[in-house]
Amino acid sequence: MPRVEMTQHLYRFFPQLKNRTITVPAGSVAEALHAINEMAPGFTDYVLDEHGALRRHVNLCINNTIVIDKIKLSDHITDDATVYIFQSLSGG
Amino acid sequence: MSDMILLGTRKGTIIFDCINAKWRPRPIAHTGVPVCYAARDPRDGTLWASLDHGHWGPKLSRSRDGGATWVDISSLKYPAGARYIVKYLPTPDFNPESPSSQPEYNDATVLKIWNIAFGNANQPGRLYAGTIPGGLFVSDDGGDSWELNNPLWSHHSRGGDLFNGDASTANHWNGTPASIDYGVFEPGIHSIVIDPRDPDHIYVAVSTAGVIETTDGGKSWAGRNRGMLMDYLPNPESEWGHDPHFVTNCPSQPNHLWQQNHCGVFYSDNGAQNWKKVSMPDMGVNFGFPIVADDNDGRTAWVVPARADSERMAIDGGLFVARTTDGGQSWQSFRDGLPQDNAYDIVLRHGLDVSGDCLCFGSTTGNVYLSADRGETWQCLANNFPPIYSVRFG
Repeated sequence: MPRVEMTQHLYRFFPQLKNRTITVPAGSVAEALHAINEMAPGFTDYVLDEHGALRRHVNLCINNTIVIDKIKLSDHITDDATVYIFQSLSGG
Repeated sequence: MSDMILLGTRKGTIIFDCINAKWRPRPIAHTGVPVCYAARDPRDGTLWASLDHGHWGPKLSRSRDGGATWVDISSLKYPAGARYIVKYLPTPDFNPESPSSQPEYNDATVLKIWNIAFGNANQPGRLYAGTIPGGLFVSDDGGDSWELNNPLWSHHSRGGDLFNGDASTANHWNGTPASIDYGVFEPGIHSIVIDPRDPDHIYVAVSTAGVIETTDGGKSWAGRNRGMLMDYLPNPESEWGHDPHFVTNCPSQPNHLWQQNHCGVFYSDNGAQNWKKVSMPDMGVNFGFPIVADDNDGRTAWVVPARADSERMAIDGGLFVARTTDGGQSWQSFRDGLPQDNAYDIVLRHGLDVSGDCLCFGSTTGNVYLSADRGETWQCLANNFPPIYSVRFG
């Protein structure tokens, strides 16, 4: 199953995600984020806006590639991939 | 007099407690997170902070144990279909004919929760919040859920009902420089003034549009900008386009409203049916951001003047507070206890408050000053704080 790594800043709001291996089902980015939201309710409110798009100052990579579809989050995550969620330096 | 002061700062929420007549700050809460507004609900003692996360989206934070613990709330969101007409920052190279002379639309996303206001005593759970881009939100369950006030969002002064079609009227709501941090140039609601006698009677102030009033609980809204004057428009008496920096009223005499505007200090003694410019530029009372009115006397108000829009700093390096007790016909300035050399402090729109005879303000330079004698003399409560966005007695 795909693994998820995220900036430690998010552990401040969701300490239940700290010090554990996070795995999600293979599928779209949207499905992966909602799987994390099941583990940590409210998680998507921090990385997505009210339209379900990635917040402007949040980056999400699948392995070494920044996701292309930041609106509908349709990029596919394969079973052996690692997803990285981190803050953009643009957000200050 | 209140025994608590809440500061919203660039690096978190700081609460002062008055114990044995001494004001002491607690350790900072929301550490490292910009807090653009913090206040205490006088009805039930709940503390509120508006978090301005750079990355994770704006959030409200609520404490029901006096500040010992806080819980973030993410429920304030625009509904699907909420759109607004895009404005562009009028930079020197901006061509108003480009990219399009036709309205462009954006789906609304909450960028900043700029202000929180509390309903009247007979409305438990009623809260209001004003946002960039120009939404008034209402909660009736203590902030667990929020609803956008649609009549104001779809007001004819901003294009009409954009939920069900494109603009049917002209958009007179312009951007506020406070929105530039978010990469846009959109309006914001920073002042929400509720009539203590009638909870259906509310004013909001919009940068940049003006003051708008409802007398039917938000079902309909009307501009209340008669008498306002703008230095920066070809028609200084235009109905819209005003930049109120902050609007407040006298709780005991709610028909007395005060407005620190981009273009001066304005006063109304008839519920904003008419405004009168009461600036006194010769003594420095003209430009600034915050204004407060006395709890009991509607003719008494205080401002912390600044030089001008082009020089947003203390005048000639000396910080002072000005007070009127006659509806702005005359002003007195008070400097005792405030720095008079090399001071560059600016006090933002929510950075001054009053409680009885006590006033407090905080500056972007991180200084906090308190007066216990109606603004005549001041003591410094803190230096070296983060830039201060809001000051509210608890």
